[in-house]
Amino acid sequence: MKLLRIVPDDTNFDFMRFRRISFPLSAALSIIAMLLYFFHGLNFGIDFRGGTLMEVQSKAGPADLAKMRATLGGLGLGEVQLQQFGAPQDVLIRLAEQPGGDAAQQAAVAKVRGALGTEVEYRRVEVVGPRVSGELLSYGVIGLMCAIFGILIYLWFRFEWQFALGAMIANVHDLVLTIGFMSLAQIDFDLTSIAALLTILGYSLNDTVVIYDRIREMLRRYKKMPMPDLLNAAVNQTLSRSVITHVTVSLALLALLLFGGQAIHSFTATMMFGVVLVGTYTSVFIASPILIYLGVGTGRDALSSAPDDQKP
Amino acid sequence: MLYFTRWRALAIVLTAFVVCLCAVPNFFPEKMVDSWPKWAQRHVVLGLDLQGGSHILLEVDTAAVRKEKLEALRDDVRRVLRDARIGYTGLVARGNGVEVRIREGANSADARSKLQTLSVPVGGVFGTSGGNSLDISDEGGGLFRLTVTQPAINERVRQAVEQSIQIIERRVNELGTVEPLIQRQGSDRILVQVPGLQDPSRLKELLGKTAKLDFRLVDQSMTAEQAKQTRPPPDSEILPGAKGEGASYLIEKRVMVSGGELTDAQPGFDQRTNEPIVSFRFNTAGARKFAQVTQENVGKPFAIVLDNEVISAPVIREPILGGSGQISGSFTVQGANDLAILLRAGALPAPLTIIEERTVGPGLGQDSIEKGKLSSYVGAAMVILFMLITYGLFGLFANIAVAINVAMIFGVLSLLNATLTLPGIAGIVLTVGIAVDSNVLIYERIREEVRHGRTPINAIDAGFNRALATILDSNITTFIAAAVLFYIGTGPVRGFAVTLGIGIITTVFTAFNLTRLIVAAWIRWRRPQTVPI
Repeated sequence: MKLLRIVPDDTNFDFMRFRRISFPLSAALSIIAMLLYFFHGLNFGIDFRGGTLMEVQSKAGPADLAKMRATLGGLGLGEVQLQQFGAPQDVLIRLAEQPGGDAAQQAAVAKVRGALGTEVEYRRVEVVGPRVSGELLSYGVIGLMCAIFGILIYLWFRFEWQFALGAMIANVHDLVLTIGFMSLAQIDFDLTSIAALLTILGYSLNDTVVIYDRIREMLRRYKKMPMPDLLNAAVNQTLSRSVITHVTVSLALLALLLFGGQAIHSFTATMMFGVVLVGTYTSVFIASPILIYLGVGTGRDALSSAPDDQKP
Repeated sequence: MLYFTRWRALAIVLTAFVVCLCAVPNFFPEKMVDSWPKWAQRHVVLGLDLQGGSHILLEVDTAAVRKEKLEALRDDVRRVLRDARIGYTGLVARGNGVEVRIREGANSADARSKLQTLSVPVGGVFGTSGGNSLDISDEGGGLFRLTVTQPAINERVRQAVEQSIQIIERRVNELGTVEPLIQRQGSDRILVQVPGLQDPSRLKELLGKTAKLDFRLVDQSMTAEQAKQTRPPPDSEILPGAKGEGASYLIEKRVMVSGGELTDAQPGFDQRTNEPIVSFRFNTAGARKFAQVTQENVGKPFAIVLDNEVISAPVIREPILGGSGQISGSFTVQGANDLAILLRAGALPAPLTIIEERTVGPGLGQDSIEKGKLSSYVGAAMVILFMLITYGLFGLFANIAVAINVAMIFGVLSLLNATLTLPGIAGIVLTVGIAVDSNVLIYERIREEVRHGRTPINAIDAGFNRALATILDSNITTFIAAAVLFYIGTGPVRGFAVTLGIGIITTVFTAFNLTRLIVAAWIRWRRPQTVPI
């Protein structure tokens, strides 16, 4: 049987030359992402903003959004957002955080329930009070920081500091672009998004580490090879693996995206963007060439007296 | 790398087998599993987002606890000074404590030593480290300031949370739901998770009520309307009626008998009017007090006050000596039922506020399970097919390893009685991606080594050897992310972290052991001249 070779053997692309394009490109994209974050803003979900989210299903066929909007608009609950969610009978209702503390949120839910009565099935009700939302946000941000630093310290132990720094720059770049994407697509930014960001972080690092592993191996083996050639060779040699892995991960994500339902839709969409598009690009075009600037491999001759167990 | 001792091989196969076996209870109906021995019953618990249910986070009102503590302290100071016959003026609760001025001429040293008896050691975590409950300072001029120390307040809040948990347990158990989870969270919060509720409003009703019941006399010196216009007498207060029809009552502050002295409460029907009522019974001390008060006040109205609202204010027709009675207050059947539950369970030491609620209806949960299953199957099928196309026989090996890997994830989840959430299912699907990746790393390395002209066995050996270090590095980084997620996450997100973390561990295990063992067995069996990869 003829086996599939997505990437031909012994490719020899000059990835490092692209750094003159990829670095400015990434810088520009990062700036755009940050501008999006600051001026377009993230669509914070109730986890971080507080408020109420209700998913209701109309019992009698497709939901009449206009009628529901009129009913709920007259309750004096401030801004009420209604949105079709998946099937035509499913509606997502969002209430902004009510003034008057935690008890007021519960009172608002009771009002909506009273107004809609038994015409709908209440499939999901989430109420997050003002204090909890603040805590969740700070936990989320602290968690992301902890993860980045934990991984950094691990890489520092396993590699040299330049690698750890390179990986971190690549990572932050990934996160910034993904957050920009979330702002652009106005994906609900909630606890699940933090999970998505952390997973993107893990995957993207996974990729970077695989290439770095190879770079380290080659640094030990080819002491005289110029850095750009060496990096190119490392990326080319791991190219097939990178592509195949991303195809399999994309297949898994695609299945989740198509059949996983609305509840994890934003999660998988974010993952798709972060892992498949950004993560791969970063490890090849940012994480690897940046090592040149960080001074990896300079003064390698001095290292040749060091133990060299990987030498063939 | 490809040589396994017989024992090692056996140990690997056995480990994988046993762990997979742990997943078995999940595939049998719950009824059947219940009849199995205890150790075999461990299984994956479906999260609230999959089976439907309510997650409610409550916060104890610490301000109320503090206020109550200060009022008790003020009463204690009054009692101690009165008992010692020490004259005082201006006893007030202020800030974090109580201030009292001893009358001139009174023995201030004596007063101090009497007040000192109110300060008791606070049971800190390590025995005596808590210090005392009060700081007593002499401000001069006979003024004493008694400040409640922070450890004492913390201890009181802790007790209030403990008591509240017990009372909530009793209340929730009355709902007859399966396996409610009630646990403390942080210093002043209580998490209540009740699976399988269609409508949580009754649950919230039961959780939100303090259920502090008092029997008090109605102040007849003036009407409530008069009191509103002028000023209520110092020992009375105006309380609203429970029905919310705008009625208000002037009620004495002194409590005749409190709900704490009830031993039982049952819903029932009034024999004459047939309307729902709650009948109750006092303990001996309560019965005695109630008898005495009703004897002294025949012909006067008394009020049944629940959470500062008057349920009813009937006139005492005759002394009630038997220690039992009934409350009627135009209840619905459910209202009478709930009040009986609340009275039996007892009053909360402080009000609770719902600060977070997440409820998923059973319909949505079932949909989520089906969607999770479907997407897992489709994802797995596509990945399996892709691996077969790309690596042929070795792809088959990889697929076997990944299948065992997933079975092991379920085994470990069962062993831990872990909760499976929808994000958790996503975590498993992603783990399939990671697990496949480890095989891809190995196989790509083998392809490379073959290209470099090594013999088949040599190439396979080197491929494993080199790839495993990379697999370890890349998985540890992902594992760090999963660990952080687990630590900061709540509910569904935590479910994701759990499956991802376990998935990484089983992935490393299968990559290091199982895949290698399968390939080694194949080499021994076929003695290949080329690597079909």
